[in-house]
Amino acid sequence: MTYRWDFTPLLDNWQALAMGAVGTLRLFAVCLVLGLGFGLVVALARRSRWRAARWFSIGFIEFFRNTPVLVQILWFYFALPMLVPVEITPFTAAILGISLNSAAYSAEIYRAGIQSIEPGQWEAARAIGMSGLQTLRRIVLPQALRRVLPALTNRGIEIFKMTTLASVVAYIELLHQGRLIASLNFNPLEVYSVIGALFFLFLYPLVRATYALERRLARSD
Amino acid sequence: MDTPLLRLAGLDKRFGERAVFSGVDLDVKRGDRIAIIGASGSGKSTLLRCINFLEHPDAGRVILNGEPVGAERQRAGATGIRYDEGSLNRLRQRVGMVFQQFNLFPHMTALGNVMEGLVTVKRMARDDAARLGLAELARVGLADKAEAYPAHLSGGQKQRVAIARALAMEPEILLFDEPTSALDPALVGEVLDAIQTLAAEGRTMILVTHEIGFAYHMATRVLFLAEGGIYEQGTPDEVLKAPRRPLTQAFIAGHRRFSF
Repeated sequence: MTYRWDFTPLLDNWQALAMGAVGTLRLFAVCLVLGLGFGLVVALARRSRWRAARWFSIGFIEFFRNTPVLVQILWFYFALPMLVPVEITPFTAAILGISLNSAAYSAEIYRAGIQSIEPGQWEAARAIGMSGLQTLRRIVLPQALRRVLPALTNRGIEIFKMTTLASVVAYIELLHQGRLIASLNFNPLEVYSVIGALFFLFLYPLVRATYALERRLARSD
Repeated sequence: MDTPLLRLAGLDKRFGERAVFSGVDLDVKRGDRIAIIGASGSGKSTLLRCINFLEHPDAGRVILNGEPVGAERQRAGATGIRYDEGSLNRLRQRVGMVFQQFNLFPHMTALGNVMEGLVTVKRMARDDAARLGLAELARVGLADKAEAYPAHLSGGQKQRVAIARALAMEPEILLFDEPTSALDPALVGEVLDAIQTLAAEGRTMILVTHEIGFAYHMATRVLFLAEGGIYEQGTPDEVLKAPRRPLTQAFIAGHRRFSF
């Protein structure tokens, strides 16, 4: 029993795969920016002097951390339009599910980073007349972000891989296209091997880039 | 003309149930150099930190140039004082502080540390701030370290950068919170020299210190803190050479035990 590998159906369908890759990258880019960006907002809300903001932050984090992204995507796509009259595309549903979940996780990462900064840093900045916001922006966040960069990199990787969940609402990304090709050509071995390899090929250089960023940020050590 | 540069009026501070000090009154005139000494836990640093509101006093007022900091508010029948962030930030620009642990910003060069307040708080153009920052670094003898990050500086150098950072804001009063306590003995001298230079320029300063000898030579007035307040005060000769009250005498005797 020797299996005869045959990649021709994949090569014939390279345009479909390319479309999928574009869909994956597009979803990843949007979710990365929204997820990590909104996560910072949620983390700062948790430190707010307003109780309502703190409650919102904690509620948000716990809700989205403790529900599966897959369920969230399905909920946004199928359930939300039944409650409010909105048109939800597969792209939007996937963005909502993945971004909100990532925001919840990254908020906790940011919080840990901010808390790890010595009180003396706040005090030194306040002592020269900097406002709380200026201190955060100029002194605390640059140091905190540097410390949590490896953890944020992990989040980024996770976001990239979570884009495959969007296939469940027929969003056109790599896995969706692969499944299509596999079902038409009965070649799941080749297809899923190539899909997996493509993810690695996309992700590994990105991870290397964050290592380079870490080194660049370490020049003050 | 009589208005003191800084007046503390009836300052109270407590941490939970424990009163650190109560009813502290102090007048600081322009050009005064006040050394605050006392045992650990006597509230020296806390008193200093109440002046620029890194700690908020529980009662009493801080009055800078005749203007009380904060606004009185009636709430639930009691008179409280509300300190808004803006007025505290303005106060802090006029009151510089140097910390025991230096607290330099590690992600900025020495020059970056000194420029930070000028650019971010005073909104100075970067070129001007860099020129001024370099001049301040030169004043503490560190012009050649402008591009060095704090991690590459010795403790004494770090503290001198911290002094330059405080000076750059052109404060009217300088607060030193045990500026040499975290230093190797061999590095204490260079920091004391820098402070001495500022003293010779006639700057107003308040110094919390364990360096009794330095306090003696530098200060115009010495406060000894004990029993929740200023226990004894006077000229360095009065307080350090001929203390009148028992706790001061015991404290000074303890410090003289190993002098040679």
